[in-house]
Amino acid sequence: MTTLHQINHQIVYQRPESLSDTNTHYCPGCTHGVAHRLVAEVLDEMGIREKTIGVAPVGCSVFAYKYFNMDFVEAAHGRAPAMATGVKRVLPQNTVYTYQGDGDLASIGMAEIMHVAARGENITVIFINNAIYGMTGGQMAPTTLPGMKTTSSPLGRDVELSGFPIRMSEMLATMDGAGYIARGSLHDAKHIRKAKKAIRIAFETQERGLGFSMVELLSSCPTNWKITPNEALDFIAEQMVPVFPLGEFKTNPELAKLRV
Amino acid sequence: MPVTGWIEVNDHYCKGCDICVAACPPNVIALNMERLTPKGYHPAHLVSEGCTGCGICAIVCPDAAITVYRETPQRTRQKITVQEIA
Repeated sequence: MTTLHQINHQIVYQRPESLSDTNTHYCPGCTHGVAHRLVAEVLDEMGIREKTIGVAPVGCSVFAYKYFNMDFVEAAHGRAPAMATGVKRVLPQNTVYTYQGDGDLASIGMAEIMHVAARGENITVIFINNAIYGMTGGQMAPTTLPGMKTTSSPLGRDVELSGFPIRMSEMLATMDGAGYIARGSLHDAKHIRKAKKAIRIAFETQERGLGFSMVELLSSCPTNWKITPNEALDFIAEQMVPVFPLGEFKTNPELAKLRV
Repeated sequence: MPVTGWIEVNDHYCKGCDICVAACPPNVIALNMERLTPKGYHPAHLVSEGCTGCGICAIVCPDAAITVYRETPQRTRQKITVQEIA
């Protein structure tokens, strides 16, 4: 390898500055890490790391404050949007975002996320949807697919007994306070690039003061889905994308001329 | 095949999840079964020439463990030198 370094080279990709040097506690192949990296890359590109304040949730990403190299606060379960509201109102010149999973945002924090969007708070939400409760051991979540086996639905989710999955992006797109709502997926390089673009537009929405912005990211949970990391990525593409269609659900007209 | 790109995998972050191995277009990444990281995983490494430095492994890596390098064409360097002199 020493000879390689003598060749004139450029660095195509390196770890973003907004990620700290800590290695994560996430399971091998968990796309939480990809989501972290995309947020970090976007904040680096926009040059707003120094003035960004993150709000960590409860769930697998509870230690997000250790992994991002920026100011962070930890919220009670599901209350990250409420805390972000407070932070943003006190420090309106700072960029505030929350990083939440589906158990945190779509279940216990449903009231907070709906009302933060209804109020049109100028914050950004990164929503990780992996269709399961990851940290507590793979129980059924509000986003679990019909017929999907979890530890609390061992025969598969019975829609007559426990209902249908909740589509948060579609629901939040009906709110007048929302400026940008999009859903991306993290199952291959192409979709990861698109997801990064969506995250960039979400932060630009906040910087321009156009209201609430959220990016939902379809994510994998190899450990609790009980499959390998690569099979989990295929599961997202084949099973989750048909239930949770990808795309932008609400875009403020002022964002249409934005090129990122 | 001439060297056009290469990757370096940081053992501190790599968890041997195999995602980069499956995503690599020229199939030049594999897990190193002869070595363990401090956390006990087999890290990914380059196994043969043919890396183009496309960076897809780094895009899909969940732990941002991969640094991607690409060889700079010689003429680019000359152009910079000429500009510096002028």
